[in-house]
Amino acid sequence: MAIDAEVPTAASPPGAAPVAARRSYFRQQVWATWFVLVVLLAWGCHGLQLDFAYVAEKLPFLLGLRLAPDGFLQGAVLTIFVTAVSMICALGIAVITAAGRLSDNPVAFALATFYASLFRGTPLLVQVLIIYLALPQIGVVLGGLASGLIALSLNYGAYLAETIRSGMMAIPLGQREAALALSLPRWLIVWKVTGPQALRLIIPPAGALFVSMLKDSSLVSILGLWELNFLAQSYARASFHYMEMLLAAALIYWALSIVFEIAQFRLERRFGKGVAR
Amino acid sequence: MTDLVTVERLNKWHGSLHALRDVSLAVAPHERLVICGPSGSGKSTLLRCINGLESHDSGEITVDGVRLTSDRRTMTRVRSEVGMVFQSFNLFPHMTALENCVLAPVWVRKTPKLEAEELARSYLERVHVGAHADKYPNQLSGGEQQRVAIARALCMAPKIMLFDEPTSALDPEMINEVLSVIIGLADKGLTMVCVTHEMGFARRVADRIVFMDRGEIIEQGPPERIFDAPRSERLKAFLASILTGYR
Repeated sequence: MAIDAEVPTAASPPGAAPVAARRSYFRQQVWATWFVLVVLLAWGCHGLQLDFAYVAEKLPFLLGLRLAPDGFLQGAVLTIFVTAVSMICALGIAVITAAGRLSDNPVAFALATFYASLFRGTPLLVQVLIIYLALPQIGVVLGGLASGLIALSLNYGAYLAETIRSGMMAIPLGQREAALALSLPRWLIVWKVTGPQALRLIIPPAGALFVSMLKDSSLVSILGLWELNFLAQSYARASFHYMEMLLAAALIYWALSIVFEIAQFRLERRFGKGVAR
Repeated sequence: MTDLVTVERLNKWHGSLHALRDVSLAVAPHERLVICGPSGSGKSTLLRCINGLESHDSGEITVDGVRLTSDRRTMTRVRSEVGMVFQSFNLFPHMTALENCVLAPVWVRKTPKLEAEELARSYLERVHVGAHADKYPNQLSGGEQQRVAIARALCMAPKIMLFDEPTSALDPEMINEVLSVIIGLADKGLTMVCVTHEMGFARRVADRIVFMDRGEIIEQGPPERIFDAPRSERLKAFLASILTGYR
Protein backbone atom coordinates (compact mmCIF):
# COMPACT_ATOMS: atom_id res chain seq x y z
CA MET A 1 0.00 0.00 0.00
CA ALA A 2 1.51 3.26 -1.15
CA ILE A 3 -0.11 5.40 1.53
CA ASP A 4 1.53 3.48 4.36
CA ALA A 5 4.97 4.49 3.15
CA GLU A 6 4.19 8.15 3.91
CA VAL A 7 3.13 7.49 7.50
CA PRO A 8 5.91 7.60 10.10
CA THR A 9 6.29 4.22 11.77
CA ALA A 10 6.30 3.67 15.52
CA ALA A 11 10.07 3.21 15.47
CA SER A 12 10.67 6.73 14.17
CA PRO A 13 8.37 9.40 15.57
CA PRO A 14 7.93 12.50 13.37
CA GLY A 15 10.91 14.82 13.56
CA ALA A 16 13.38 12.18 14.78
CA ALA A 17 15.93 10.63 12.45
CA PRO A 18 15.32 6.93 11.72
CA VAL A 19 17.56 4.41 13.45
CA ALA A 20 19.75 3.70 10.40
CA ALA A 21 20.44 7.39 9.82
CA ARG A 22 21.33 7.97 13.47
CA ARG A 23 23.69 5.01 13.36
CA SER A 24 25.48 6.22 10.24
CA TYR A 25 25.77 9.74 11.75
CA PHE A 26 27.41 8.16 14.81
CA ARG A 27 29.84 6.26 12.60
CA GLN A 28 30.78 9.39 10.61
CA GLN A 29 31.49 11.30 13.80
CA VAL A 30 33.66 8.44 15.09
CA TRP A 31 35.76 8.40 11.91
CA ALA A 32 36.05 12.20 11.87
CA THR A 33 37.26 12.26 15.48
CA TRP A 34 39.77 9.50 14.78
CA PHE A 35 41.03 11.44 11.77
CA VAL A 36 41.59 14.57 13.86
CA LEU A 37 43.45 12.60 16.53
CA VAL A 38 45.69 10.90 13.95
CA VAL A 39 46.51 14.26 12.33
CA LEU A 40 47.38 15.72 15.75
CA LEU A 41 49.62 12.74 16.49
CA ALA A 42 51.37 13.05 13.10
CA TRP A 43 51.85 16.80 13.63
CA GLY A 44 53.42 16.10 17.02
CA CYS A 45 55.84 13.60 15.45
CA HIS A 46 56.64 16.07 12.67
CA GLY A 47 57.99 18.44 15.32
CA LEU A 48 60.65 15.84 16.15
CA GLN A 49 62.39 16.44 12.80
CA LEU A 50 62.68 12.80 11.93
CA ASP A 51 65.05 11.37 9.34
CA PHE A 52 62.59 9.48 7.14
CA ALA A 53 65.28 8.26 4.75
CA TYR A 54 66.84 6.27 7.58
CA VAL A 55 63.46 4.81 8.54
CA ALA A 56 62.84 3.79 4.94
CA GLU A 57 66.25 2.12 4.78
CA LYS A 58 65.66 0.06 7.93
CA LEU A 59 61.94 -0.62 7.46
CA PRO A 60 62.33 -3.90 5.53
CA PHE A 61 64.46 -5.25 8.39
CA LEU A 62 62.06 -4.01 11.08
CA LEU A 63 59.15 -5.58 9.25
CA GLY A 64 61.12 -8.79 8.88
CA LEU A 65 60.83 -8.92 5.09
CA ARG A 66 64.44 -10.25 5.01
CA LEU A 67 65.78 -13.11 7.06
CA ALA A 68 68.31 -12.51 9.86
CA PRO A 69 71.99 -13.31 9.21
CA ASP A 70 71.50 -16.69 10.91
CA GLY A 71 68.79 -17.47 8.39
CA PHE A 72 65.92 -17.19 10.88
CA LEU A 73 62.91 -14.87 11.01
CA GLN A 74 63.42 -11.39 12.40
CA GLY A 75 61.56 -8.17 13.11
CA ALA A 76 57.78 -7.96 13.03
CA VAL A 77 57.48 -11.37 11.34
CA LEU A 78 59.29 -12.99 14.29
CA THR A 79 57.08 -11.02 16.70
CA ILE A 80 53.99 -12.35 14.92
CA PHE A 81 55.39 -15.88 14.90
CA VAL A 82 56.20 -15.84 18.64
CA THR A 83 52.81 -14.33 19.49
CA ALA A 84 50.84 -16.71 17.29
CA VAL A 85 52.55 -19.87 18.56
CA SER A 86 52.34 -18.75 22.20
CA MET A 87 48.72 -17.80 21.72
CA ILE A 88 47.77 -21.25 20.47
CA CYS A 89 49.72 -23.00 23.25
CA ALA A 90 48.32 -20.63 25.89
CA LEU A 91 44.80 -21.35 24.66
CA GLY A 92 45.30 -25.10 25.03
CA ILE A 93 46.84 -24.72 28.49
CA ALA A 94 44.07 -22.32 29.55
CA VAL A 95 41.22 -24.62 28.51
CA ILE A 96 42.73 -27.52 30.46
CA THR A 97 43.42 -25.31 33.48
CA ALA A 98 39.94 -23.80 33.46
CA ALA A 99 38.47 -27.32 33.30
CA GLY A 100 40.60 -28.20 36.34
CA ARG A 101 39.43 -25.11 38.20
CA LEU A 102 35.80 -26.04 37.54
CA SER A 103 36.32 -29.74 38.28
CA ASP A 104 35.08 -31.75 41.28
CA ASN A 105 38.35 -33.66 41.33
CA PRO A 106 40.53 -32.29 44.19
CA VAL A 107 43.84 -33.16 42.50
CA ALA A 108 42.81 -31.49 39.21
CA PHE A 109 41.58 -28.47 41.15
CA ALA A 110 44.82 -28.24 43.15
CA LEU A 111 47.02 -28.59 40.05
CA ALA A 112 45.07 -25.87 38.26
CA THR A 113 45.03 -23.41 41.15
CA PHE A 114 48.73 -23.98 41.94
CA TYR A 115 49.75 -23.37 38.33
CA ALA A 116 47.54 -20.30 37.91
CA SER A 117 48.72 -18.80 41.18
CA LEU A 118 52.42 -19.43 40.46
CA PHE A 119 52.43 -18.00 36.95
CA ARG A 120 50.15 -15.07 37.70
CA GLY A 121 52.03 -14.25 40.85
CA THR A 122 55.55 -13.96 39.40
CA PRO A 123 56.86 -11.48 36.80
CA LEU A 124 57.04 -12.65 33.19
CA LEU A 125 60.64 -11.45 32.94
CA VAL A 126 61.66 -13.67 35.86
CA GLN A 127 59.85 -16.63 34.30
CA VAL A 128 61.63 -16.10 30.97
CA LEU A 129 65.02 -15.96 32.67
CA ILE A 130 64.41 -18.94 34.96
CA ILE A 131 63.27 -21.13 32.07
CA TYR A 132 66.27 -20.06 29.97
CA LEU A 133 68.96 -20.06 32.66
CA ALA A 134 67.86 -22.45 35.41
CA LEU A 135 66.50 -25.37 33.43
CA PRO A 136 69.91 -26.21 31.87
CA GLN A 137 71.24 -26.74 35.41
CA ILE A 138 68.83 -29.65 35.88
CA GLY A 139 69.69 -31.03 32.47
CA VAL A 140 67.02 -29.40 30.27
CA VAL A 141 68.75 -27.25 27.67
CA LEU A 142 66.40 -25.12 25.61
CA GLY A 143 67.18 -22.59 22.90
CA GLY A 144 66.18 -18.96 23.24
CA LEU A 145 63.16 -19.33 21.00
CA ALA A 146 61.81 -22.42 22.79
CA SER A 147 62.34 -20.80 26.21
CA GLY A 148 60.54 -17.65 25.11
CA LEU A 149 57.61 -19.55 23.65
CA ILE A 150 57.26 -21.71 26.77
CA ALA A 151 57.45 -18.75 29.16
CA LEU A 152 54.88 -16.71 27.21
CA SER A 153 52.53 -19.69 26.82
CA LEU A 154 52.66 -20.60 30.51
CA ASN A 155 52.28 -17.02 31.70
CA TYR A 156 49.38 -16.12 29.43
CA GLY A 157 47.79 -19.56 29.83
CA ALA A 158 47.37 -18.79 33.53
CA TYR A 159 45.62 -15.46 32.89
CA LEU A 160 43.50 -16.83 30.07
CA ALA A 161 42.40 -19.77 32.26
CA GLU A 162 40.86 -17.33 34.72
CA THR A 163 39.17 -15.47 31.86
CA ILE A 164 37.67 -18.70 30.55
CA ARG A 165 36.58 -19.76 34.03
CA SER A 166 34.81 -16.47 34.70
CA GLY A 167 33.03 -16.75 31.34
CA MET A 168 31.80 -20.26 32.11
CA MET A 169 30.65 -19.25 35.59
CA ALA A 170 28.62 -16.35 34.20
CA ILE A 171 26.27 -18.73 32.36
CA PRO A 172 23.03 -19.21 34.36
CA LEU A 173 22.68 -22.62 35.98
CA GLY A 174 19.32 -23.02 34.25
CA GLN A 175 21.07 -23.44 30.89
CA ARG A 176 22.96 -26.48 32.13
CA GLU A 177 19.85 -27.88 33.81
CA ALA A 178 17.74 -27.48 30.68
CA ALA A 179 20.44 -29.26 28.67
CA LEU A 180 20.66 -32.06 31.27
CA ALA A 181 16.87 -32.41 31.25
CA LEU A 182 17.10 -32.92 27.47
CA SER A 183 19.54 -35.74 28.31
CA LEU A 184 22.48 -34.17 26.51
CA PRO A 185 25.81 -35.69 27.56
CA ARG A 186 28.19 -33.44 29.49
CA TRP A 187 30.71 -32.82 26.70
CA LEU A 188 27.89 -31.82 24.36
CA ILE A 189 26.50 -29.36 26.92
CA VAL A 190 29.87 -27.58 27.01
CA TRP A 191 30.29 -27.77 23.23
CA LYS A 192 26.83 -26.65 22.17
CA VAL A 193 25.15 -24.89 25.09
CA THR A 194 27.36 -23.33 27.76
CA GLY A 195 30.60 -23.01 25.75
CA PRO A 196 29.29 -20.84 22.89
CA GLN A 197 27.49 -18.58 25.36
CA ALA A 198 30.63 -18.26 27.49
CA LEU A 199 32.73 -17.46 24.40
CA ARG A 200 30.76 -14.27 23.88
CA LEU A 201 31.88 -13.14 27.33
CA ILE A 202 35.42 -14.51 27.00
CA ILE A 203 36.36 -12.92 23.66
CA PRO A 204 36.76 -9.25 24.74
CA PRO A 205 39.07 -9.91 27.73
CA ALA A 206 40.91 -12.65 25.79
CA GLY A 207 41.44 -10.18 22.92
CA ALA A 208 42.92 -7.69 25.39
CA LEU A 209 45.24 -10.41 26.68
CA PHE A 210 46.46 -11.24 23.18
CA VAL A 211 47.14 -7.60 22.34
CA SER A 212 49.13 -7.36 25.53
CA MET A 213 50.96 -10.60 24.65
CA LEU A 214 51.93 -9.12 21.28
CA LYS A 215 53.86 -6.43 23.10
CA ASP A 216 55.14 -8.65 25.90
CA SER A 217 56.69 -10.84 23.20
CA SER A 218 59.44 -8.20 23.06
CA LEU A 219 60.74 -9.72 26.32
CA VAL A 220 62.18 -12.63 24.35
CA SER A 221 64.70 -10.18 22.89
CA ILE A 222 66.79 -10.75 26.03
CA LEU A 223 67.18 -14.35 24.85
CA GLY A 224 68.95 -13.15 21.73
CA LEU A 225 65.97 -13.20 19.38
CA TRP A 226 65.94 -10.45 16.79
CA GLU A 227 62.34 -9.46 17.11
CA LEU A 228 60.88 -6.05 16.37
CA ASN A 229 61.78 -4.29 19.61
CA PHE A 230 65.33 -5.70 19.64
CA LEU A 231 66.04 -4.59 16.06
CA ALA A 232 64.65 -1.12 16.67
CA GLN A 233 66.82 -0.61 19.72
CA SER A 234 70.00 -1.92 18.11
CA TYR A 235 69.59 0.27 15.01
CA ALA A 236 68.82 3.20 17.30
CA ARG A 237 71.97 2.68 19.35
CA ALA A 238 74.16 2.22 16.31
CA SER A 239 72.96 5.33 14.49
CA PHE A 240 71.65 7.59 17.28
CA HIS A 241 68.32 7.71 15.40
CA TYR A 242 66.45 6.85 18.60
CA MET A 243 63.14 8.58 17.90
CA GLU A 244 62.90 7.27 14.33
CA MET A 245 63.41 3.65 15.34
CA LEU A 246 61.27 3.72 18.48
CA LEU A 247 58.38 5.44 16.70
CA ALA A 248 58.63 3.05 13.75
CA ALA A 249 58.52 0.06 16.12
CA ALA A 250 55.62 1.59 18.04
CA LEU A 251 53.65 2.16 14.84
CA ILE A 252 54.22 -1.41 13.67
CA TYR A 253 53.07 -2.78 17.06
CA TRP A 254 50.04 -0.55 16.87
CA ALA A 255 49.15 -1.68 13.34
CA LEU A 256 49.40 -5.32 14.41
CA SER A 257 47.19 -4.62 17.44
CA ILE A 258 44.57 -3.06 15.18
CA VAL A 259 44.48 -6.26 13.12
CA PHE A 260 43.85 -8.16 16.38
CA GLU A 261 41.11 -5.75 17.35
CA ILE A 262 39.35 -6.19 14.03
CA ALA A 263 39.52 -9.97 14.37
CA GLN A 264 38.14 -9.68 17.89
CA PHE A 265 35.29 -7.47 16.71
CA ARG A 266 34.35 -10.00 14.03
CA LEU A 267 34.37 -12.87 16.53
CA GLU A 268 32.28 -10.89 19.00
CA ARG A 269 29.66 -10.31 16.35
CA ARG A 270 29.66 -13.99 15.41
CA PHE A 271 29.09 -15.17 18.98
CA GLY A 272 26.68 -12.34 19.84
CA LYS A 273 23.78 -14.04 18.06
CA GLY A 274 20.52 -13.83 19.98
CA VAL A 275 21.73 -11.04 22.27
CA ALA A 276 19.97 -7.69 22.27
CA ARG A 277 22.22 -4.66 21.83
CA MET B 1 -1.01 -51.19 34.09
CA THR B 2 2.31 -50.59 35.79
CA ASP B 3 3.09 -47.12 36.99
CA LEU B 4 5.32 -44.88 34.90
CA VAL B 5 6.86 -43.18 37.90
CA THR B 6 7.04 -44.52 41.44
CA VAL B 7 8.51 -42.61 44.34
CA GLU B 8 8.96 -44.52 47.58
CA ARG B 9 9.70 -43.05 51.00
CA LEU B 10 11.81 -40.27 49.50
CA ASN B 11 13.82 -38.08 51.86
CA LYS B 12 15.93 -35.10 51.02
CA TRP B 13 17.77 -32.54 53.09
CA HIS B 14 18.95 -29.12 51.97
CA GLY B 15 21.60 -28.72 54.65
CA SER B 16 19.60 -28.81 57.90
CA LEU B 17 16.26 -28.30 56.12
CA HIS B 18 14.26 -31.50 55.69
CA ALA B 19 12.99 -30.68 52.19
CA LEU B 20 11.16 -33.96 51.49
CA ARG B 21 9.86 -36.23 54.26
CA ASP B 22 8.97 -39.82 53.39
CA VAL B 23 7.26 -38.84 50.16
CA SER B 24 5.63 -41.70 48.26
CA LEU B 25 3.84 -41.19 44.99
CA ALA B 26 2.93 -43.14 41.84
CA VAL B 27 2.01 -41.80 38.41
CA ALA B 28 0.12 -44.10 36.05
CA PRO B 29 0.41 -43.81 32.25
CA HIS B 30 -1.84 -41.04 30.86
CA GLU B 31 -2.41 -39.67 34.34
CA ARG B 32 -2.43 -35.89 34.84
CA LEU B 33 -1.11 -34.98 38.24
CA VAL B 34 -1.05 -31.48 39.68
CA ILE B 35 1.06 -30.73 42.73
CA CYS B 36 0.16 -27.67 44.74
CA GLY B 37 1.06 -26.21 48.07
CA PRO B 38 2.64 -23.14 49.67
CA SER B 39 6.08 -22.06 48.54
CA GLY B 40 8.90 -23.98 50.16
CA SER B 41 6.72 -27.06 50.52
CA GLY B 42 9.03 -29.22 48.38
CA LYS B 43 6.92 -29.38 45.19
CA SER B 44 9.70 -28.30 42.85
CA THR B 45 12.29 -30.36 44.70
CA LEU B 46 10.16 -33.47 44.24
CA LEU B 47 9.81 -32.74 40.53
CA ARG B 48 13.55 -32.15 40.13
CA CYS B 49 14.31 -35.41 41.93
CA ILE B 50 12.18 -37.35 39.44
CA ASN B 51 14.54 -36.52 36.55
CA GLY B 52 17.62 -36.48 38.74
CA LEU B 53 18.41 -32.76 38.52
CA GLU B 54 18.64 -33.08 42.30
CA SER B 55 19.84 -36.16 44.14
CA HIS B 56 17.89 -37.65 47.03
CA ASP B 57 19.21 -38.83 50.37
CA SER B 58 17.08 -41.90 50.95
CA GLY B 59 14.20 -43.73 49.31
CA GLU B 60 13.76 -44.90 45.76
CA ILE B 61 12.58 -43.43 42.47
CA THR B 62 11.75 -45.56 39.46
CA VAL B 63 10.99 -44.07 36.05
CA ASP B 64 9.70 -46.33 33.29
CA GLY B 65 11.12 -49.36 35.11
CA VAL B 66 14.59 -47.86 35.61
CA ARG B 67 15.77 -47.15 39.15
CA LEU B 68 17.47 -43.76 39.50
CA THR B 69 21.10 -43.95 40.58
CA SER B 70 24.01 -41.55 40.52
CA ASP B 71 25.37 -43.33 37.43
CA ARG B 72 25.62 -40.80 34.64
CA ARG B 73 24.66 -43.15 31.83
CA THR B 74 21.55 -44.37 33.64
CA MET B 75 20.51 -40.80 34.29
CA THR B 76 20.98 -39.80 30.66
CA ARG B 77 18.75 -42.71 29.65
CA VAL B 78 16.08 -41.80 32.19
CA ARG B 79 16.09 -38.13 31.25
CA SER B 80 15.59 -38.92 27.57
CA GLU B 81 12.14 -40.28 28.54
CA VAL B 82 11.27 -37.38 30.85
CA GLY B 83 10.53 -33.93 29.42
CA MET B 84 10.85 -30.91 31.66
CA VAL B 85 9.55 -27.37 31.38
CA PHE B 86 11.01 -24.77 33.72
CA GLN B 87 9.57 -21.70 35.37
CA SER B 88 12.20 -19.50 33.66
CA PHE B 89 11.94 -21.26 30.23
CA ASN B 90 15.73 -21.77 29.98
CA LEU B 91 15.76 -21.65 26.20
CA PHE B 92 19.25 -21.53 24.73
CA PRO B 93 19.58 -17.84 23.78
CA HIS B 94 22.17 -18.35 21.02
CA MET B 95 19.93 -20.72 19.07
CA THR B 96 16.72 -20.06 17.15
CA ALA B 97 13.49 -21.67 18.33
CA LEU B 98 13.98 -24.38 15.74
CA GLU B 99 17.62 -25.00 16.70
CA ASN B 100 16.54 -25.27 20.35
CA CYS B 101 14.09 -27.97 19.33
CA VAL B 102 16.32 -30.10 17.12
CA LEU B 103 19.45 -30.13 19.31
CA ALA B 104 18.52 -33.08 21.53
CA PRO B 105 16.74 -35.22 18.89
CA VAL B 106 19.73 -34.92 16.52
CA TRP B 107 22.47 -35.56 19.10
CA VAL B 108 20.74 -37.90 21.55
CA ARG B 109 18.17 -39.75 19.43
CA LYS B 110 20.38 -39.56 16.30
CA THR B 111 17.39 -38.41 14.25
CA PRO B 112 18.49 -37.19 10.79
CA LYS B 113 18.60 -33.39 10.78
CA LEU B 114 15.90 -32.81 8.15
CA GLU B 115 13.55 -35.23 9.82
CA ALA B 116 14.16 -33.59 13.22
CA GLU B 117 13.48 -30.16 11.75
CA GLU B 118 10.26 -31.32 10.19
CA LEU B 119 9.16 -32.81 13.51
CA ALA B 120 10.20 -29.66 15.38
CA ARG B 121 8.21 -27.45 13.00
CA SER B 122 5.12 -29.59 13.52
CA TYR B 123 5.46 -29.29 17.32
CA LEU B 124 6.08 -25.53 17.12
CA GLU B 125 2.95 -25.37 14.95
CA ARG B 126 1.04 -27.33 17.58
CA VAL B 127 1.92 -24.86 20.34
CA HIS B 128 1.07 -21.96 17.96
CA VAL B 129 4.57 -20.54 17.51
CA GLY B 130 5.21 -22.04 14.06
CA ALA B 131 5.72 -18.56 12.62
CA HIS B 132 8.56 -17.89 15.07
CA ALA B 133 10.66 -20.97 14.27
CA ASP B 134 13.62 -18.96 13.00
CA LYS B 135 13.59 -16.28 15.70
CA TYR B 136 15.92 -16.10 18.65
CA PRO B 137 14.42 -16.36 22.16
CA ASN B 138 15.02 -12.65 22.90
CA GLN B 139 12.76 -11.78 19.96
CA LEU B 140 9.83 -13.66 21.57
CA SER B 141 7.44 -12.79 24.39
CA GLY B 142 7.53 -14.77 27.62
CA GLY B 143 4.47 -16.77 26.62
CA GLU B 144 5.97 -17.58 23.24
CA GLN B 145 9.27 -18.59 24.81
CA GLN B 146 7.53 -20.93 27.21
CA ARG B 147 5.61 -22.54 24.37
CA VAL B 148 8.86 -23.04 22.43
CA ALA B 149 10.27 -24.65 25.59
CA ILE B 150 7.28 -27.00 25.66
CA ALA B 151 7.81 -27.88 21.98
CA ARG B 152 11.51 -28.47 22.67
CA ALA B 153 10.66 -30.98 25.39
CA LEU B 154 8.01 -32.67 23.21
CA CYS B 155 10.49 -33.17 20.36
CA MET B 156 12.18 -35.86 22.43
CA ALA B 157 8.84 -37.71 22.51
CA PRO B 158 9.04 -38.15 26.29
CA LYS B 159 6.86 -40.67 28.09
CA ILE B 160 6.14 -38.13 30.81
CA MET B 161 6.32 -34.35 31.05
CA LEU B 162 7.21 -32.42 34.18
CA PHE B 163 6.07 -28.80 34.40
CA ASP B 164 7.73 -26.74 37.13
CA GLU B 165 5.48 -23.70 37.67
CA PRO B 166 5.33 -23.08 33.90
CA THR B 167 3.37 -19.81 34.18
CA SER B 168 4.86 -18.24 37.33
CA ALA B 169 7.29 -16.03 35.41
CA LEU B 170 4.71 -14.84 32.89
CA ASP B 171 2.76 -11.61 32.60
CA PRO B 172 -0.94 -12.21 33.35
CA GLU B 173 -2.09 -11.84 29.74
CA MET B 174 0.27 -14.62 28.62
CA ILE B 175 -0.66 -17.19 31.25
CA ASN B 176 -3.72 -18.49 29.43
CA GLU B 177 -1.97 -19.07 26.10
CA VAL B 178 0.50 -21.38 27.86
CA LEU B 179 -2.11 -23.12 30.00
CA SER B 180 -4.36 -23.81 27.02
CA VAL B 181 -1.42 -25.45 25.24
CA ILE B 182 -0.81 -27.68 28.26
CA ILE B 183 -4.52 -28.54 28.46
CA GLY B 184 -4.45 -29.45 24.77
CA LEU B 185 -1.56 -31.86 25.42
CA ALA B 186 -3.34 -33.32 28.45
CA ASP B 187 -6.46 -33.96 26.41
CA LYS B 188 -4.36 -35.91 23.92
CA GLY B 189 -3.32 -38.30 26.70
CA LEU B 190 0.15 -37.03 27.62
CA THR B 191 1.26 -38.17 31.06
CA MET B 192 2.19 -35.14 33.11
CA VAL B 193 3.11 -33.89 36.55
CA CYS B 194 2.57 -30.16 36.92
CA VAL B 195 3.51 -27.90 39.81
CA THR B 196 1.32 -24.82 39.62
CA HIS B 197 -0.51 -22.12 41.56
CA GLU B 198 -3.22 -21.81 38.88
CA MET B 199 -6.13 -23.47 40.64
CA GLY B 200 -8.66 -23.03 37.84
CA PHE B 201 -6.26 -24.78 35.50
CA ALA B 202 -5.62 -27.50 38.08
CA ARG B 203 -9.31 -28.21 38.43
CA ARG B 204 -9.72 -28.37 34.65
CA VAL B 205 -6.73 -30.53 33.79
CA ALA B 206 -5.96 -32.77 36.76
CA ASP B 207 -7.02 -36.36 37.34
CA ARG B 208 -5.53 -36.07 40.80
CA ILE B 209 -4.26 -33.24 42.94
CA VAL B 210 -1.47 -33.70 45.42
CA PHE B 211 -1.23 -31.14 48.21
CA MET B 212 2.18 -30.74 49.82
CA ASP B 213 3.27 -28.72 52.82
CA ARG B 214 6.64 -28.59 54.57
CA GLY B 215 8.07 -31.47 52.57
CA GLU B 216 5.16 -33.85 53.11
CA ILE B 217 2.20 -34.98 51.03
CA ILE B 218 -0.75 -33.94 53.20
CA GLU B 219 -3.67 -34.91 51.03
CA GLN B 220 -4.37 -36.15 47.55
CA GLY B 221 -7.44 -36.93 45.50
CA PRO B 222 -9.57 -35.85 42.53
CA PRO B 223 -9.94 -32.06 42.12
CA GLU B 224 -13.55 -31.90 43.29
CA ARG B 225 -12.66 -33.68 46.53
CA ILE B 226 -9.58 -31.53 47.19
CA PHE B 227 -11.19 -28.19 46.39
CA ASP B 228 -14.73 -28.74 47.62
CA ALA B 229 -14.19 -31.06 50.59
CA PRO B 230 -10.70 -30.54 51.99
CA ARG B 231 -10.06 -32.67 55.08
CA SER B 232 -6.84 -31.38 56.66
CA GLU B 233 -6.57 -28.03 58.37
CA ARG B 234 -3.46 -27.16 56.37
CA LEU B 235 -5.18 -27.67 53.03
CA LYS B 236 -8.19 -25.65 54.24
CA ALA B 237 -5.88 -22.82 55.28
CA PHE B 238 -3.99 -22.98 51.95
CA LEU B 239 -7.18 -22.90 49.88
CA ALA B 240 -8.56 -20.05 51.96
CA SER B 241 -5.40 -18.03 51.45
CA ILE B 242 -5.23 -18.45 47.67
CA LEU B 243 -8.94 -18.28 46.89
CA THR B 244 -9.79 -15.13 48.81
CA GLY B 245 -7.09 -13.09 47.11
CA TYR B 246 -6.51 -9.42 47.93
CA ARG B 247 -8.83 -7.79 50.44
